[in-house]
Amino acid sequence: MRVESYNTLAEAARAMGPDAVFMAGGTLVMRDVNAGTSAGRVVRSADPALTEIRATGDGFSLGSGVTMARVLAHRDLAFLAPVARAVGGPQVRNMATIGGNIFAHHPYGDFAVALLALGARVVLAGQGGAKPLDDLLRERGRSGGTSPIVASIEVPRPRDPRAFGFVKVSRIKPKGVSVMSIAVNLPRDGGRMRGARVAFGAMGPAPLRASAVERVLEGQSLDAATIARAAQLASDGLDPPTDALASAWYRREVAGTHLRRLLEKMERG
Amino acid sequence: MIEFRKEFFANERDDNLNEIGKPTRRQDILGHVTGRSPYFDDHLFEGLLHIRCVRSPHHHARIRRIDISAAEKMPGVVRVLLGKDVPLNLNTLLSLLDFGLDDEPVLSETKVAYKGEPVAAIIAESEAQARAAVKMVKVEWEVLPHVLDVEDALKPGAPVVCDVYPTNRFIYHGKFDHQKLRYGDVEEAFNRADHIVEGRYQMSPIEQAPMETCGAIAAPEVNDRFVCFTSTQGLFFSLGTAAKLLTMPSSRLHFVGGTVGGGFGGKVDSMHEPLAILGAMLTGRPCKYAWDREEEMQVGAPRGAERWYIKDGITRDGRIIARKFTGYFDSGAYTRLSSYAIIKGVGHLPGPYTIPNVYADVFCVYTNRTPATAMRGFGITGVDFAIEAHMDKVAETVGMNPIDLRILNSYRDGDMKAHRRLAKNCALVECCQVVAEKGGVALSAESRSATSLTGGGGERARLPARTATDQAGAVSGFKGGNYARKGGGASGPQPVAMPVAAPAPAYANSPQRPAAPAYQPAATAPPAASPPTPPADTARHGALRFSSLSGFRRR
Amino acid sequence: MAKKPVTFMLNGSERAAFAEEGLNLLEFLRRAVGDLSPKYGCGQGTCGACTVIIDGETHLSCLTMAEAVQGRKVETASGLANGKVHPLQEAFMEHFAAQCGYCTPGMLMSAKVLLDHNPSPSRAEVIEAISGNLCRCTGYEPIIDAILATANTRRLA
Repeated sequence: MRVESYNTLAEAARAMGPDAVFMAGGTLVMRDVNAGTSAGRVVRSADPALTEIRATGDGFSLGSGVTMARVLAHRDLAFLAPVARAVGGPQVRNMATIGGNIFAHHPYGDFAVALLALGARVVLAGQGGAKPLDDLLRERGRSGGTSPIVASIEVPRPRDPRAFGFVKVSRIKPKGVSVMSIAVNLPRDGGRMRGARVAFGAMGPAPLRASAVERVLEGQSLDAATIARAAQLASDGLDPPTDALASAWYRREVAGTHLRRLLEKMERG
Repeated sequence: MIEFRKEFFANERDDNLNEIGKPTRRQDILGHVTGRSPYFDDHLFEGLLHIRCVRSPHHHARIRRIDISAAEKMPGVVRVLLGKDVPLNLNTLLSLLDFGLDDEPVLSETKVAYKGEPVAAIIAESEAQARAAVKMVKVEWEVLPHVLDVEDALKPGAPVVCDVYPTNRFIYHGKFDHQKLRYGDVEEAFNRADHIVEGRYQMSPIEQAPMETCGAIAAPEVNDRFVCFTSTQGLFFSLGTAAKLLTMPSSRLHFVGGTVGGGFGGKVDSMHEPLAILGAMLTGRPCKYAWDREEEMQVGAPRGAERWYIKDGITRDGRIIARKFTGYFDSGAYTRLSSYAIIKGVGHLPGPYTIPNVYADVFCVYTNRTPATAMRGFGITGVDFAIEAHMDKVAETVGMNPIDLRILNSYRDGDMKAHRRLAKNCALVECCQVVAEKGGVALSAESRSATSLTGGGGERARLPARTATDQAGAVSGFKGGNYARKGGGASGPQPVAMPVAAPAPAYANSPQRPAAPAYQPAATAPPAASPPTPPADTARHGALRFSSLSGFRRR
Repeated sequence: MAKKPVTFMLNGSERAAFAEEGLNLLEFLRRAVGDLSPKYGCGQGTCGACTVIIDGETHLSCLTMAEAVQGRKVETASGLANGKVHPLQEAFMEHFAAQCGYCTPGMLMSAKVLLDHNPSPSRAEVIEAISGNLCRCTGYEPIIDAILATANTRRLA
């Protein structure tokens, strides 16, 4: 195994290949290094752009190397604080990055679930423009090829902070891994939901949108009947895994209940 | 929060003791808080080598061939160990206590019986190099059918997990394929009971999960000795095991231990010391063999799973007059300490209750799961869960408050217990009363006035007038006494044949005098059809030392 | 395997040693530098026994590449006592906050950073602060008590 360090992200991006993995905070990659199962080359970069936090017109541009602890400490990112706090314990939050979270497999990767619901876009190192996180997560599951380096993430700020809800279901508190996590973004226009986005973590090979639920919510007001219909369709189109924490059956059974509780909490405001 | 209820048994206790009842500091606490307590891995050696094992990916498989040629050429590899390199490659932990047949290899040569069983060991300059070389060992497996459920393992035609015990049952006292408890006559009592309550209870294996994983470092010392730093919970146990497997006098082994990063029973199996010392013997260099967390979880022996069937006979007023157990301990692929867990568990039956007729058949069953071992109260915790769950079921059946039911049936001082000892220092009645008080449960007047000091003895001190015995599950071809020879030589007599004896007439009378318990431990009876026994005082040494284990205790 | 020189501050003194490529900070500190106070518990970042302080924040040394501490400040439990035991260590001794002792060095690191940032933590904040450190002897209550007692003593002093 070789470790390669580059000053700039552009150089790091050029160094990537099918035999390489990019290491940010190390909480995922170092596990593999310790177990002797990592890629042949580990690529690192100390590019200061990785840790930048910038306000943009309608949101924020976050360097992919921003840690959970920095999200928690940033006043303007308060809407993301409950999500960052749900990741790991204090040590993990000091190390784990929001970029790395996009590549985490269940039962990890809760932050990416929130980013997906918020409609975040990712900027890849060495490539121009930003693309929807949805696309990157879909591509993530495919094996082979060169994994991209995420340079930064563009996160729209929810117009109304109450429109964004997040819950992580775990068996151990305060620090436990996910049975599932759910993030919901429900922008409203005159009391009706417009552009609703609902994402589940640990309910598929990567964080997934619950399209059936989104269709039920679209154009409706968040009332008991709508919530009931959404809960019924919660696991529609999802592909929950069986692991040491829960079976696929269990995850499917309880998904609706946890979604209902989250929506009811948001309805109460 | 600890609360002392000193009003109970005040005249039996001296509260003016210098240490007991007073807060004190641990003697090792300064080392702990300064990070200087020396755990096994906190000893640095120049040129330390690292051992990692090649493990079975199958639950059950025959080994056709092990090809180590590619692994030997890997960078940093100093030596590859196979079963043939281990001087005595077969052991059972309790052979040191003269209990059970040698059944488990250090490195398996012919077949594996659980997922993760080691078949080869790489010794390399670094752990990373050892890991890389492990992947290069090629093993040709012939996958065999496996069995993962205790009752399935006892069915005719089930895969034979461990050749030493061909019926997948441990052999007790050389006589039976299960441990028996016979006290009174449960069948007779069931016939006159007002209610019969039956239940089935089961628990899963539980991993001890100590913070520090199991491991050992061994190094050549002066004067042809080896030093071994180990995480073991039983230093002399591991020392004896290593001496046996390496066929060397224990005086050549210098064991250092005692500072252990949590054990909870999971660090008595002595898996690491023999291999680390063997590595040091064959390479002349210090060797470390330690599990990573994944190994600790996968191959570290857990508290074994248990399954219990309980049948109670109860009178209308809530007195339990008979209790029958059938128990299955999942020993996993090898014996380790499960045989002993059952001895301990059966001594505990029927729980802390005075029941005049008790029966138990408890099987130590081999399955293709990870071998099970000790863990905090093992042998007791699982059956206690079953017993107490069953007590609630009984209470529901007779329409009694479950705490009243327990107080009614609790041991009182002076009561005869099913293992033929008189109960003393009982306190369950008082515990139940405090629990009821804390939980706001209203007890009956009888329960409130009950004490452990009153109501026992007398008639209740007598052994049953008649105990029904039987020969079900009798075996032949095993010796009753020393199962495994001491001194690291060949193991004891192997089973020649083990036909299950024809069921003897059930409930043959064995009249006993009430005053003096006349129970004869099976092992003291002359074993049927066994080879000549070696001189008693040498061969029995271990058994006598560990007499309470096999029920041989004499007063 | 290539080795890289790593120079860093350990408990206030400059240290330099060679790290094999990909070696984690835990093994580097223990084998190359000789500080045995951080412990191996899992190598996966789940137990916290290897917790050290890097530039004032807790990190898992098993998931930190050794070369990443080049030029940085590392603190471990072995450096906590400075001539005399640290008040946290005294409180841990007083409150029976260690049984097997294996989680203790990591626990102390998390507790120290908590009190450095927040001299009067609530019980809930203490629980949150040590939530990344497992104690398998399940002695959490005395540990929480010891940390709260340290904060109280400091407030009074």
